[in-house]
Amino acid sequence: MPSENGTRRLDGSRDGRHPVFAVLQLSGGNDFLNTVIPYADPLYFDYRKTVGIPDGQVLRLNDRLGLHPAMGPIKSLFDQGKVAVIPGVGYPEPDRSHFRSMDIWHTAEPARYISEGWLGRVIRELDPKKENVLTGVSFGSGLPRAMYLPGTPATSVSQLEGYGLMTSLAGARQRQALKAFTRMYMPVEFDEAAMILNHLGQTGRDALAAVDLLKVAPTTYESRIEYASDPLSQSLKGIAQIHLARLGTRIFYAEFGGFDVHGNEVATQAKLWGIVSRAINDFFADLQAHNAADDVVMLVFSEFGRRVRDNGNGTDHGSGGGAFLIGERVNGGVYAEYPSLEPSKQLNGDLRFNNDFRMLYTTILEEHFGMPAAPIVNGNFGRFDRLLKPLAAA
Amino acid sequence: MTITVSTDISLIGHLMRRAAFGAPASELEALAGQGYDAIVNDLLHSERHPRLEEDLLERYHSEHAGDLSYQWTSSRWLYRMINTARPLEEKVALMWHGTFATGASKVINPPSMNAHYEMLRDYGLGNFRVLLQKLSRDPAMLFWLDQQTNHSAAVNENYGRELLELFSMGRGNYTEDDVRACARAFTGWTLDQVIPRYPHGYYPPRFVYREEDHDHGLKTFLGKTGDWNGDDIIDMIVEQPATASFVARKVFGFFVSDEPDNAVISDISRSFQQSGYEIRPVLGHLFRSDAFKKARFKRVKSPAEFVAGTERLAGAHREAHQFGLDGLSEATGLMGQQLLNPPTVEGWHTGREWIDSSFLVQRVNFASDRLGNPANPGIASVIERIASDRTTINPDDLIEACLYEMGALEAMDATKQAIKSELELAAPLDCSQHGRQEFTGITADVLRLIASSREFQLA
Repeated sequence: MPSENGTRRLDGSRDGRHPVFAVLQLSGGNDFLNTVIPYADPLYFDYRKTVGIPDGQVLRLNDRLGLHPAMGPIKSLFDQGKVAVIPGVGYPEPDRSHFRSMDIWHTAEPARYISEGWLGRVIRELDPKKENVLTGVSFGSGLPRAMYLPGTPATSVSQLEGYGLMTSLAGARQRQALKAFTRMYMPVEFDEAAMILNHLGQTGRDALAAVDLLKVAPTTYESRIEYASDPLSQSLKGIAQIHLARLGTRIFYAEFGGFDVHGNEVATQAKLWGIVSRAINDFFADLQAHNAADDVVMLVFSEFGRRVRDNGNGTDHGSGGGAFLIGERVNGGVYAEYPSLEPSKQLNGDLRFNNDFRMLYTTILEEHFGMPAAPIVNGNFGRFDRLLKPLAAA
Repeated sequence: MTITVSTDISLIGHLMRRAAFGAPASELEALAGQGYDAIVNDLLHSERHPRLEEDLLERYHSEHAGDLSYQWTSSRWLYRMINTARPLEEKVALMWHGTFATGASKVINPPSMNAHYEMLRDYGLGNFRVLLQKLSRDPAMLFWLDQQTNHSAAVNENYGRELLELFSMGRGNYTEDDVRACARAFTGWTLDQVIPRYPHGYYPPRFVYREEDHDHGLKTFLGKTGDWNGDDIIDMIVEQPATASFVARKVFGFFVSDEPDNAVISDISRSFQQSGYEIRPVLGHLFRSDAFKKARFKRVKSPAEFVAGTERLAGAHREAHQFGLDGLSEATGLMGQQLLNPPTVEGWHTGREWIDSSFLVQRVNFASDRLGNPANPGIASVIERIASDRTTINPDDLIEACLYEMGALEAMDATKQAIKSELELAAPLDCSQHGRQEFTGITADVLRLIASSREFQLA
C-alpha cells in the first residue's frame, strides 16, 4: 500500500543487478527487406525496381546482407558486437491487418483473440506482490496491449517532463488537490457495489504513486548526450532517465510509427530509420556513460514485413519481417537464414518466415530473465542458442 | 434555485447521462416541466429535431475542408455529441460502433470510415434487420473483414463468421457448417474499387454484388436448406432468439449497467422480439423501466462519453469557432478509445477495463482542467447560478450545489468530506459581489475536485 506521500517499498532490484528489457515497437509494418538488405541477391533488384537501395549504398554486414544507408549508428553498434539481426521472424498464417498482427505479437497468441499481454505476464512474474507500480513502464499513448494484464499494474507515461496528476495546477494548490485526490480514492468498505469504486481507488492510488516516484527521474538526471527532439528520442530519453534513477523498472516499452510505406517509401524510410538509428545509439551511449548499459537488452520489432515486389512507389503489407536485439549482453551477429526471394520459396508474394516470434520471446525470457518461458508464450518454440551472454559475464 | 435535489431532476440527470451525453442542472430544470415520458419520447424521436448545422464548422476549420480523415471525422463526431439536438442518435451510433467494431487501421480509407459512421448513425435506431442489411453492404465493414476475397471458388469465412459470432447470435448458437454456409451465401458481396486504394486510399469504394461470383449451390443454414443469399441469412438470423438476447445484452451493457442482470436482459430480449426487432421501442420500454431508473452510476463512462459529457458541462465547444476541436479525438485516444479505430473486431473492452493508470491520469487531468476553470462558459454560469440568490453559503451546501449543477451527481460522504477538509472550508462563504472573486476561485476548486473524483468516472 502506498503511504500518504506515495513512496513504496521497491523490490530488490534497486541496487542489485537485474535484467532490464526495453521494447521498441516500429508501427505500420517496417519493410524489413529494405532494412536488412540481401544486396548480393540479384532477385532483390528485380523485385525492388523503384524502392530498392543501390548496391553501393548498403552498409555491409557480411558478404550477403547489409543495412539501409540511414542506419549508420546501428551499423557501428553492430561492429562493436552489440546487435543481433534476426531475419524472417513471424508466425503461422500471417495476417496482413496491422492491428491483428500487432495483437498477435502483443499477446503471443496467433490462434485466439485474447487481451492479456505477454509482458503483462512477465510483470506478474517479476513482481507478484505488486510492490512496484513501475515494474513496467511504457512511453507513448496508452498502455500497449503487450503490458496489459488485469490486476497487474503497469504505468504508462505520455511524456516524462510534466507527467503528473492535476498538472494544470502548481505548487501549494497542486499539493492540496493531490491530497484531496488521495483521500477521495481511499478504499471503501467492500460490497459488490463497491467493486468498481475499489478498482478506481487502487488505480488512482497506483497512478499517484507512479507519478511521485517518476518525478525524481528528470531532476536527478544529468547527461552529456543530447537526444533529438522527435518523439522516439524523447521516449528513449525518458526511459534512460527512469532507468538511471533506479526505480526498479524491469520492462520498458516505446513505440514509433509511420512505417506503413505504401507510397513514397524511399524518402520516408530513410527519414524514419535515421531517427530510429540515432535515437537507439544515443540511448545506449547515455546508459554507457552512466555505466548502466550492461543489463539492458532492447528488442526492435514491427508487426509484419512488406511484400517482396514493390508497387512502383512503395510496398504493401506482407509478412516475414525481422527483428533486432541490441545491448551489451547480446552476442552480435546475424542469426537465422534470410528468407529466400526465390519465387517458389515465397509465401503468396511475401518472404516466408523461418522462425516463430515466440522463439525470440522464449530466448529473451529464459536467457535474459532466467524465467520459464512456456507458461508465458503458451508452448515450447525452441530458442536461439547463445544469443545472449550470461548475466554474470556481461 | 433550490439545492435540495428533487427526485425528478436527479432521474432526468440519469436519463440524460445514459440516453444523451449528460446535461448541467440548468438544462435539466428546463426539461423537467415536460415530464419524464415526454423527454424519453423526444429523445427517441430524433427526427423531430434537425441535424446540426455544420456550415460554420466548415468555415472556421477551413484547414479541414474536405477532410474525411478518421481523426477529423471522430472530432466532428465528438462535436456532434456535444451539440446535437439528436443525442440518442449519436449515442446509438457509439453503441453499434463498439459492436460492429470496424477500424481505420485496416480499412485505411477515410471516406469509407466516414460513411461507415454515418450508416451506424442513420440506421442505428431503426430495425435491426435493416441495420444488418446495411452493415453487410458497408464498404468499410466488407474490407475490414475481407469480403473482397470471399469468392464462390474460394470462400473467405471472415465476415460470415463474425456476423454470427460478434454481430448477432453469439458463440454456441450455430455450428462450423453454419459459418461455412453463411460465408457462401455472402460470396459475390464485394467492393468496387474504381481507383486503386493505394497509395493513399482517398477514393471511396462502393458495394457491388457480383452475381457471377456468387455461390448458387444449396446451403444448409440453421437446419434450413436452399440457395440462400446474404439477405436470406440475415432474415434467418433475426428470427433466432439468440439474436434477440445478444442484442439485449449489448443494449443492457451500453445503457444500463456494467454488471449483467439476466432478468432485465430477458425482458429487453422479449420486448425486442415483440417489436419485430425495432430498436426504438425497445429503448423506450427500457428507459421507462424501473431497472433502468434504479441503475444510477452503474457504468464506467467510455472515453467518448467522458470527453463529450465533460465538455458539455464546461460549456466548451458549443461554438464552432472554438480552437482545439482536433484535441478532443486525441483526448479520447489517450484515454483508450480512438473512435473509428477500435483495437479489434471485438471492439473495446469496456467497464472496469476503461480504467488503467495512464487512462485514469488522462481522465482526471482532462476533467479537472476543464471543470476547474471558471473561464469556461459552463463553469462561469454554474458559479453565477449558485451565487445568484444568496449572499452567503455554507461549505456543505456549496459542495451539494456543485454536485447538483454538474447534472445532479451523487458522491460518497467520504468524498464530500475530503473536499471540504482539504480545501479548508469551514466558515460560510461570501458570494455577494463583494466576495465574488474569492468565491469564484473556491467554487472552481470544488468543481475541480468533483471532476477528479472516482464518482465522476461513472454514469
